[in-house]
Amino acid sequence: MSRPVLEIRNLSVPLPRGADRGYAIEDLSLTVAPGEIVCVVGESGSGKSVTAGAVMGLLPPVLKPSAGQILLEGEDLLKAGPARMRRLRGGRMAMVFQEPMTALNPALRVGDQVAEMLEAHAGRLGRGARRDKVRQLLADVHLPNPESLARAYPHQLSGGQRQRVMIAMALANDPALIIADEPTTALDVTTQAQILKLMRELQARREAGILFITHDFGVVSEIADRVVVMRTGRLVEEGPAESVLCRPQDPYTRMLIAAVPRAEPPPPRARPSLVSPVLATRDLTKNYGGRGLFGGGRPVQALDGISIALQPGETLGIVGESGSGKSTLARCIARFVDPTAGHVRIGGDDIALLPARALHPYRRRIQVIFQDPYRSLNPRRTVGQSIVEGPMNYGLSREAATARAKNLIALVGLDAGALARYPHAFSGGQRQRIAIARALAMEPDVLIADEAVSALDVSVQRQVLELLEAIRERLNLAILFITHDLRVAARLCDRLIVMLDGRIVEEGATAALFADPKHAYTRALFAAAPVMKAPPVEAVP
Amino acid sequence: MGRFILGRLAATLPVMGVVAVIVFLLLRLAPGDPAAILAGDAATPEQIAAIRARLGLDQPMLEQFATWIWRLVHGDLGTSIISNQPVGRLILDRIEPTLALATSTILFAVLVAVPLGVLAAWRHGTWVDRAVMGLSVAGFSVPVFVLGYLLIFGFSMQLRWLPVQGYVSIADGLWPFLSRLILPTLTLSVIYIALIARTTRSSVLEVLGEDYIRTARAKGVTEARVLRRHALRNAAIPVISVIGLGIALLISGVVVTESVFNLPGLGRLTVDAVLARDYPVIQGVILLFSALYVLVNLSIDLSYLLFDPRIRY
Repeated sequence: MSRPVLEIRNLSVPLPRGADRGYAIEDLSLTVAPGEIVCVVGESGSGKSVTAGAVMGLLPPVLKPSAGQILLEGEDLLKAGPARMRRLRGGRMAMVFQEPMTALNPALRVGDQVAEMLEAHAGRLGRGARRDKVRQLLADVHLPNPESLARAYPHQLSGGQRQRVMIAMALANDPALIIADEPTTALDVTTQAQILKLMRELQARREAGILFITHDFGVVSEIADRVVVMRTGRLVEEGPAESVLCRPQDPYTRMLIAAVPRAEPPPPRARPSLVSPVLATRDLTKNYGGRGLFGGGRPVQALDGISIALQPGETLGIVGESGSGKSTLARCIARFVDPTAGHVRIGGDDIALLPARALHPYRRRIQVIFQDPYRSLNPRRTVGQSIVEGPMNYGLSREAATARAKNLIALVGLDAGALARYPHAFSGGQRQRIAIARALAMEPDVLIADEAVSALDVSVQRQVLELLEAIRERLNLAILFITHDLRVAARLCDRLIVMLDGRIVEEGATAALFADPKHAYTRALFAAAPVMKAPPVEAVP
Repeated sequence: MGRFILGRLAATLPVMGVVAVIVFLLLRLAPGDPAAILAGDAATPEQIAAIRARLGLDQPMLEQFATWIWRLVHGDLGTSIISNQPVGRLILDRIEPTLALATSTILFAVLVAVPLGVLAAWRHGTWVDRAVMGLSVAGFSVPVFVLGYLLIFGFSMQLRWLPVQGYVSIADGLWPFLSRLILPTLTLSVIYIALIARTTRSSVLEVLGEDYIRTARAKGVTEARVLRRHALRNAAIPVISVIGLGIALLISGVVVTESVFNLPGLGRLTVDAVLARDYPVIQGVILLFSALYVLVNLSIDLSYLLFDPRIRY
């Protein structure tokens, strides 16, 4: 094997005083060979992004490597001055970030942003040559009409297209090393599959080494040559992808791999007997735009005649990619937005077009858990205040509401002391438990979970899913489970509905739908989902 | 977009109408009688009544209003009660000093404040940042007239570098014109420098935390270019809004500054007219100011198009 493009030797980065541990990364060593894809896997807080930042020299000032070496093609980056680092960044090493929505400058044309890479490093290139090179790069990442696309602004592109632009940018100066920090996490599964394929293809052609950071073992099994598993700043396991995935040695690695939701539905539960549905929609339709003072904007049909029914105790999964209308459906049912037409029945009453005043008694009966537990709880109110507020709005006394809050916080697996603390004191998973307790405090008939576990680490995701399973058994709760992730849906849902462009394209019992997807789009979703190729591993408790 | 501009211009008409009604009513409701002022202390009630009749002030209010509006839509702002000159003529005579002072103030304020704000944001948390923010608090706190007289005392009376007050038209030479504009501009711009520097700092600071700034740094772009090309443009909109607001507020600032430095501008015209209850002049000046205000706002909204491609009208 030739000289590695990247060699990290015994790198340590201390955390500022007062943090929950001494080091962000401690005594880390890893190498990336030319033409190799090394996946760094870990949950949030594992130090994988700090590793990327240390290599690029882009750590915030409070984080300073205290020991070790980072060798890029043999040159120690920790000894390089700012000017030298600037030459290397974008020149010999380049980075692709997680959020294609925010990682591109919204005020500049994408062609100019790619060209900036050339201006900063290949100054001798003339204007015309630069333009040709940009066009070539955009074509290399398979963007349609590179000529006109170069003149587009980021907001005019889809998420996948933006990520392709980011990749084109990273490739501009033929770097020896590309660091990709969760490059597909924010993308739809079908887009993710395309981007992974693209990275594979480009890497094979260019012989660059790729340091690929991810939390998703599904992605790892699709793309990695070698795997490095990190936990709280330390390397816990390293090896060729196949051996780590199939024969993980470290208990933590085994736990991570076991926690990955498998795209295999569990055996169907005893189906709840068919009584009258707690929630039903008929021909629910929602149009956006097309009106307003100046009549601007094309009307968008976000929901097109959706009819669903949810039995007591049943969990119905709504699966779709961004733009499919699944979140709009949740918002229309919860009446956060007003449907354009159709019916939403709660019990026997149609609330679809009720005015806001008349909605009050129905609000209690539908509760929502949102995606981002960091933003859905009011940071200035204690957890207890957040939980009792709703029931007290509906006439419960403070004592009774507090007693209920105590029961619920225990039910979701937190101790009663949590009620007196503020949301910032909790981790993402704990916050999501609080959000569940808050929703349950209203004693709803229907719980809507809108991507409620999508922002969580796999191990935490698994715990929250187990909690939801336990609760629905105990309370005979009907759950509308909205997700983009088929693997998660498989685990929890009795029935599934697949949505595309505001319509239901397929519907059926989870096991049946997984065994024999009928619609082409459902099949495409299944094909794109990164699936663990390795056999399941027993989790170590 | 043409439609947007036309719509906005059409929307100014009702605004101007409301302004016209309110100005007219407030003036008549305020105490003080222009006829009495005009007639002097020794006048008899008959003399005052005669003046009132000559000026048309004895007509019913509705009729006075109708007459004024009728002339207005024909482009006639009326005639000054005191000097007997057409209001339009008076405004034209006085507009040059005000325009010169307002333009130099805004230009100077922007040229000083934006780099200061960017610097403070870039060196966030350092002594540079604290110094800029401290100066900005000071700028907010010093009243215009205090600062004006302090500057006159220092630069004109002690150092004798600049004339104390007065105005010379640009037509009579650049240096005489500029030398008399420097102190008023400094005085008036301090508060705008404070305002714009603060807004620039917080806006740039927010943008510097964005992902695309990290992307730019990852591309190996120099810091100067990161600030200029990636940060400033995205931070521009709040700053532009505040500059627009500043131009609108300038109208009141100009009145005091013109008094301190004895500049024969619109501000002085307004003060004199108010003191003499010269109704037509006050009405004319306020209508002009409100029209300017509407136009400034429109151009601010249009300038957003230059900075943010996501905005479409």
